[in-house]
Amino acid sequence: MKHEVILSGFGGQGVMSIGKNLVEAGVEEDLQVSWVPSYGPEMRGGTANCTVIISDERIGSPLVEHPSEIVVMNRAALAKFGPQVQPGGTIFINSSIVPDTVDRSDVQVHYVPCDDIARELGNSKVSNMVMLGAYVAATKVLQVKTIENMIHEMFTGKKAKLVPLNMDALQRGIACVER
Amino acid sequence: MKREIWKGSEAIAEAAIRAGCRGFFGYPITPQNEIPEYMSHKMAEAGGVFVQAESEVSAINMVYGAAGAGVRCMTSSSSPGVSLKQEGISYMAGAKLPAVIVNVMRGGPGLGSIQPSQADYYQATRGGGNGDYRTPVLAPANLQEAVDLVQEAFDIADQYRTPVMILADGLIGQMMEPIVWHDIPKRDLPPKTWAANGRGDRDHNNFINSLLIDAPACERHNQELLETYHYIEEHEVRWEELMTEDAEIVITAYGTPARIAITAAENLRKKGIKAGVFRPITLWPFPFKRLKEIASQDSVKVLLDVEMSTGQMLDDVNLAVAERKPVKFYGRYGGVIPTVSEIEAAAEAACGEVK
Repeated sequence: MKHEVILSGFGGQGVMSIGKNLVEAGVEEDLQVSWVPSYGPEMRGGTANCTVIISDERIGSPLVEHPSEIVVMNRAALAKFGPQVQPGGTIFINSSIVPDTVDRSDVQVHYVPCDDIARELGNSKVSNMVMLGAYVAATKVLQVKTIENMIHEMFTGKKAKLVPLNMDALQRGIACVER
Repeated sequence: MKREIWKGSEAIAEAAIRAGCRGFFGYPITPQNEIPEYMSHKMAEAGGVFVQAESEVSAINMVYGAAGAGVRCMTSSSSPGVSLKQEGISYMAGAKLPAVIVNVMRGGPGLGSIQPSQADYYQATRGGGNGDYRTPVLAPANLQEAVDLVQEAFDIADQYRTPVMILADGLIGQMMEPIVWHDIPKRDLPPKTWAANGRGDRDHNNFINSLLIDAPACERHNQELLETYHYIEEHEVRWEELMTEDAEIVITAYGTPARIAITAAENLRKKGIKAGVFRPITLWPFPFKRLKEIASQDSVKVLLDVEMSTGQMLDDVNLAVAERKPVKFYGRYGGVIPTVSEIEAAAEAACGEVK
């Protein structure tokens, strides 16, 4: 088992956090994981992407040329990484922001209206949690329960009130791919 | 033991504190700013000293002072900043002061780029400052190894009274991986009776100095240093090898390119090419002896050196192989990282040329 995913979007969309959540959850499930950011002089609004590998074997290269999945949070990300996805791979598109469709027949595509769902839930910041739900449900690389436990650990004290919101966002993301 | 996710630079900083480092002196530069950032709040909690100096030159001289007083201390920077520290490192080698210098390398020369590079191999292994000195150089390829080597670096520094360098590329500094904080066997180190930390009950003053104005005395000092360097060459060499037993092509690489080479070697084996990887962990002392043995194996037809530079470790690989077998080179540089398929292609081309 080896999942190699590139997550990409604007800085500030929570792309890096989805990646961090994936590797944290991977460690909880005793898997090998790595997270590599593409870093540059950009700040908020610039391009942000990271490469995450989740495997049951030692990870050699932490970088990936042909990802098994990509998570696309803006249009530029689809143009850049769409053609690189392995045949048989999966593309997750934030359809609230990306109007394009994928014209490849050798990949599976999930259109997830992350920002619309986040707004419905009353907080645009949870759009990345919607996407995380969709990714985990579709790939089954990690158990949903592990992510739920992590949400409880992430938001404690004053932030504990954010747990139900994030749980809802996660479930709405899961529902998008299980429809 | 529990595996925890850490970012490379922060893990290196935490490892230093756990290794007993109680003085950090630095100046910000990408891609290693998380080291001083982490130190700025954690060092005080550990009861140590953190100073953001006004420059790299100032920072390394603060390290000189703290090390001279017997404190475990370190500095970190990235390539252009480490260039500025070279004078201080030479003085520390001369004054026999133990300290750890972390270089998270970026593209050069000059200010270069902020992306990962390995273009400071010469500077690290050949002595970037003046004088006849060597610096032990440890090159991690993953974060577990990075934190383990930090403890080792402090111990090697104290055992031999020498500055030690951790040479990591920008990717090691920026990536996240799981690590386990296990206990590393600590060395039985001599007390720092030489430290200039107040005369106390001693019947003499300790001096920290690298000036030996009388030539014969300076020569004797160099001879002493040389004996230490020879001892280190005998006792501190480290490397890792994978799939070299029956390899027809051996890829030599360190740091991140070594990891990429491992994936390339696995793919090459699936295609029927017996590839192996030889990864030096100490760049000085370089594992000459073992690489020479591997190059002498009947199975080995060719070697391929892969670096994020235009070919610097290549010199040491050539010294070890000594024309027993052809040595090919593949490099990306200036902040560009070689890909798995590029290394595979270079390996296939190398095998094709020798058939």
